[in-house]
Formats: sequence, C-alpha cells, structure tokens
Amino acid sequence: MEWAISRRRLLSRVTSSALAFAISSAAGVMRLSAAETKTGFDPGEPPPPDADVLLRMQYELRKALQKPVDQRKWVMVIDLRKCVGCHACTIGCVVENKLPPGVVYRPVIEEEFGTYPNVGRRFIPRPCMQCQNPPCVPVCPVNATWKRPDGVIIIDYEKCIGCRYCITACPYNARTFDFGEYFTDGTPHRAPYEEAPSFEYGKKWYRKNEDSPIGNARKCHFCLHRVEKGQLPMCATTCIGRATYFGDANDPDSLVSELIAKPNVMRLKEELGTDPHVYYLT
Amino acid sequence: MATMTTDKRKSGWAGVAAFVWVVLAVLGIQGLLGRLLQGHHLANYGSYVTWGLWVAAYIYFIGLSAGAFLLSSLIYVAGMKRFEKIGVLALFVSAITLVMALLSIWFDLGHMGRFYYIYIRPNFGSMMAWMVWLYTAYFLLVLTELWLALRPGLVRQAGEEGFKGKLARLLLFGKTSVTEQQLAAGKRWLKILGGIGVPLAISFHGGVGALFATVVARPYWHTPLYPILFLTGALASGGALLAAVVAFLWPKKDEEWASIVTGIGRIVLGILLFDLLLEWAEFSIAMWYSVGPEYELMMRVLFGEYWYVFWVFHILLGSLIPIYLFVRKGNNPIAVGVGGLLAAVTFMAVRLNIVVPALVEPQLRGLEWSYRDDRLLFEYLPSWFEWQVVFFVVALGIAIFYVGYRWLPIVRTSEEA
Ligand code: SF4
Repeated sequence: MEWAISRRRLLSRVTSSALAFAISSAAGVMRLSAAETKTGFDPGEPPPPDADVLLRMQYELRKALQKPVDQRKWVMVIDLRKCVGCHACTIGCVVENKLPPGVVYRPVIEEEFGTYPNVGRRFIPRPCMQCQNPPCVPVCPVNATWKRPDGVIIIDYEKCIGCRYCITACPYNARTFDFGEYFTDGTPHRAPYEEAPSFEYGKKWYRKNEDSPIGNARKCHFCLHRVEKGQLPMCATTCIGRATYFGDANDPDSLVSELIAKPNVMRLKEELGTDPHVYYLT
Repeated sequence: MATMTTDKRKSGWAGVAAFVWVVLAVLGIQGLLGRLLQGHHLANYGSYVTWGLWVAAYIYFIGLSAGAFLLSSLIYVAGMKRFEKIGVLALFVSAITLVMALLSIWFDLGHMGRFYYIYIRPNFGSMMAWMVWLYTAYFLLVLTELWLALRPGLVRQAGEEGFKGKLARLLLFGKTSVTEQQLAAGKRWLKILGGIGVPLAISFHGGVGALFATVVARPYWHTPLYPILFLTGALASGGALLAAVVAFLWPKKDEEWASIVTGIGRIVLGILLFDLLLEWAEFSIAMWYSVGPEYELMMRVLFGEYWYVFWVFHILLGSLIPIYLFVRKGNNPIAVGVGGLLAAVTFMAVRLNIVVPALVEPQLRGLEWSYRDDRLLFEYLPSWFEWQVVFFVVALGIAIFYVGYRWLPIVRTSEEA
C-alpha cells in the first residue's frame, strides 16, 4: 500500500530526538498551554531544493515545533488541480485514526458539471477547516471542544456528552458521530484492526464497551498526534498527487505561506466569516 | 337507565385506553431495552442528519409543558377566575410533559451517564447550556408549586387507610398536619412562584427556539422568528392538550366544566391562528421569489417525499379540523376536546418539520456522493425502534398522570379551588 510505504520511509527519517520527545510527552488529551516552549525537535538540515515536497514540509514542520505552540499556525493547502480523486487521503485518514462506520474526517467531494461534450469533474477533499472563528465550538454546552493556540479545533472525548449540537453547527459537515459500529460486524469475526486503538490526541483509544470515542462527536484534528511528533498529517503523506500541503503559516518561509499568497487561492464559504485555515488552489 | 349507558360507555372507553396503554408500554419497554443495551445502533439518524425523532419529541413535549404552564398562569395573572380550577391540573400536566421531554433528550445523548456535566462544567455561551439550566429551575419551580398546591388535599388524604393514605403521608414527608398560617404562607408562595414561573417558562422555551435559531450554519433555523414561533407553538399545543384533558377527564361534566373547556378552546383558537400567521410569514418570506438557501428546503417540506407530514398532519388534522371544531362547535365541550386532542397530538408533525429538514441538505454540494456509508446519508425516516422509545416515554407519562389522577388529590384540589 502506497501510504504504508511512504509512512515508513518518513518514520525512518525522524531523528532520535523525536523519540526522546515521544517518550517524554505526557499521556492524556493534549491541552497544551501557551507557555509551553521548545519541544526538543532538531529539524536537521533542510532538504535539497529538488527533494520531494514532503521532505520540505516535514523539515518546516519540525522547525515550527521548536516554537511555543501559540506561535504556530497550522494550515492546510489543497491544490484542486493536482487532486486526482483517488481518495487515498480519505482512506489514509480512516486507517490512521481507525475510523468506524459513520465517521469520516476527510471525504473527497466529487462533482460533475457541464453537458456533453463539455463536461468536467472536480474533486474537493474536505478536511476540518479548523476555522479561526469556529461555529462548532461556542455551541458545546460542556466546553468539550475548543480551539488550541495553534488554531486546531479539538474535542475532549472524555468530556463530550454526545449531544451533537456541534455537528449541526458546522457549516462544512465536518463533524460526525461515533455510533459504536464496526465494518466487519455481521461477518463471522470482527476484524482485529477494527479494535486496534487509535492514537488521537496523544492517547490510546480503544473502542470497546461503548466507551469514548464511541458516543462522541469526532472530527479531523490535522493528525495532531503525528504533528506533535514531527510527522505530517496522514492525508498529506498519502496524497499521491502531492496535492495536500501542510505547514506553519506563521513561518514566512514555509511552503504553505508561499502558496496561500497565490492569486488563485480560495476558501470555502468565506462569506460566513469562519476564516478557515484550509485553503484551496483552483 | 341513562346513567347505566353512560357508565357502560365510560368503562368501554377506559378499556380501550387501558389496552392502548398496555400496547404502548410493552412496545416501549422493548425500545427502552434496545436503547440501554444497544445504544444508538437501531436508530436511523446518522452523522449528517444527526438529530431525529427524539429531538423532535423533546421539543414537542417541552412545548406542551411550557404551553400548559404558561396558559394556566397567564390566565391566572390576567385574573380570569373561571379558569382557576384547572390550575393544579395544568401544573401537573406541565410537570409530566417536562419529565417526558427530559427523558426523550436524555435517550438521545451519546453518553447518557454524562448528562450532569452540563451542571458541573457548563458553557454559558451555549444556548443548550442555558436551556438546561433554565428548565432545571423551571422543573424545581413546578414541583414546588405542585406540592404547595396539593398540600391541603394531601393532608386530608393522609388520614385515609390504604395506598392513598400512605402515598399522601410519604409526599408530606410525614408532616400530616398544617396550620392555617402555613396554608396562608403556602398560598402566598404559590403566587410568588407563579409570578417567577411565567418569565422562566417564556425564557426557557424561547431558549429552545433560540437553540436552533442561533445556528448560523443552518439558514432554515437561523431566523429571529424562531423563538417567538416556539412560544406560540407551545401555547397552542399545550393549551390544546389542556382542553382535551379537561374535556375528557374532568370528573363532573357540569356547566362549569363546559365553560372552562369552551373558554380554553377559544384561547387556543386565537393562538393557533396567530401561530399559523407566523408560519405563513416564515414560509412566504423565505420562498416568495423561488430562490435562496431556504427555498429548496421548504419546497421539500411542502411538496417533497414527506409532504403529508405538513399537509395532512399539521394543516388538515392539526389546524383546519381543530379550527373548524373550535369555531363551529365552540360551545360543545366534547367537540372542543376532540379539536384540542387533534391539535395537540399532531403538533409533533410541526416539531419533526423543524428538526429534520434543516439537516437533510448537504452543507457542501457533492458531499452526498463522497463517501458511501449508511450513517452518512442526507435522508432520514425514524426507525421503528426510535418510535418505540417514544412510546415508552408516552406510556410513562400516561402512567404518572394516572397515578396522580387516581391517587393524588389533583382533581379534588382543583375542584375545591
Ligand atoms: S457533541 Fe460533544 S463536543 Fe459536540 S457540542 Fe455536544 S458535548 Fe460538545
């Protein structure tokens, strides 16, 4: 599988200091304070200019991790002309986060338009927009979801009561609900991979006995558990068209900073004033 | 001879009612077990249409509660003496429907065991948190009012033998005698609490409307008219229910009874018409030029697959027939009762048409084709299991009502008012 190979390759490049970080990072849901400073990452040497764009982004990501969390601004840029509609990002995400039926973080919207013979197809991958003004956050009656200093909107599974108000409030349908179902139920055996834990928010989540995240709202979190360990979000690494870019928009030299200054950049439903952190190149 | 026939007819109806209740209870308990043992698996709502029948049932019951309460206290505040008699009954109906509402929404939670988080870590920026806090206050208020109102009757009942006496003593916490002063203080408190109750009921039910109306992402809900529409809807449905309860269950079918029922009928008629006017505004403004974000959704409500929910249940059975009965047979309490029952029961259609249509439209075109999954559909029809859970809530509500009606001095206190 393409995603598995690229993941392994990338993993092997993570320095030993990353491992040290991994061990020292505290378990439990990440609620990083703005005061948190260096993560101990050594970004190493910048990759050569002709290297795979993933290497540049990974280098920039680790560079950003040297800054305190409130000085990072994670954004995603998706080049719609490079997206081939293969859904590898959707599936990479499902595998990474062990997403059950009913839960999807990054579907790829497919649109057909025009009339024969002038027809076209467009693919729009739709992760969570990680809005600067997220409509899903203030509606939560129990403060179970919030925006981190680096702009990522997260959910505390252990606090969420599963009222699904946030799901109705998202203008992008980017939140879904975990019904506690399994793809292989109804077959002779439930596949073990469905019971493997996910590592969202830096914690091991076993989906068993209706425990969280079952019964919770769930959403894309830019794979924070990977990002905090110096890895790109899964969807960015599995994208075969290299159409998904990820990085720190607060770093003026980063690739994403360059891309979002292009004239063909746009965001979804800008008129709502949500100020998304996901940009599209058209 | 005539009384014998009436008695026979009465017991015939009671038999039918008992049968219906048993059916509801059996199906309901099955639904309850399904919910408790299997979570949300048997429900048809999904991740996109994420609120369904139970949320609709919740706003329906809570509307009945606020409506019954408001109507009784507004009448009281306005000094309409002839309705004073139904005060306790209205409070009782209001308390029961509130319990039914809370149960419905509790079943809807992903984590039922965490409901109390809303008290220990509330986000008062959220309309939902406000709503829960307000209706908790309202619940305590209604219970206190009910207890105060029933106390004199309970004291009398406490002297009786058997279950009735025991129940009364239990509810009085063993204090089976009250002084005149205590009674007078109780009456004073009733007035004060009634006065607090009106703004509380208005704000919490307006708050339920605002819970929907404040959601910017859903143009179908995002209208300033919603909180008002919720209030008129509550008054219309709660009042209609009250008319039906008094019409059919009041023990003495005398002239006073007739005057109370027909009086409520007239009030409900006025509110129903006003509610329809607001609804007309809601639909006509959004749809007039056949364009805009709500237009297609409303077309779906009116002429889509589930058109009958609007036209048959809401307009025909819930509005036209009751209005006809209230206008043409307004002096016949039984006809008014039938009209009230129809309007009250079918108001569920209005609630369903509030919750579901807003969610069946993808927020981004093409999302409906992007990922195939039974829980990621933009369509919804409640499953039988979901109905069964509602049956449980209804059966429980009827059971509590019956206990109060039979073994508590609800009607007697009302008669003595
Ligand atoms: S589903 Fe969870 S995160 Fe969403 S609003 Fe309800 S409690 Fe908050």
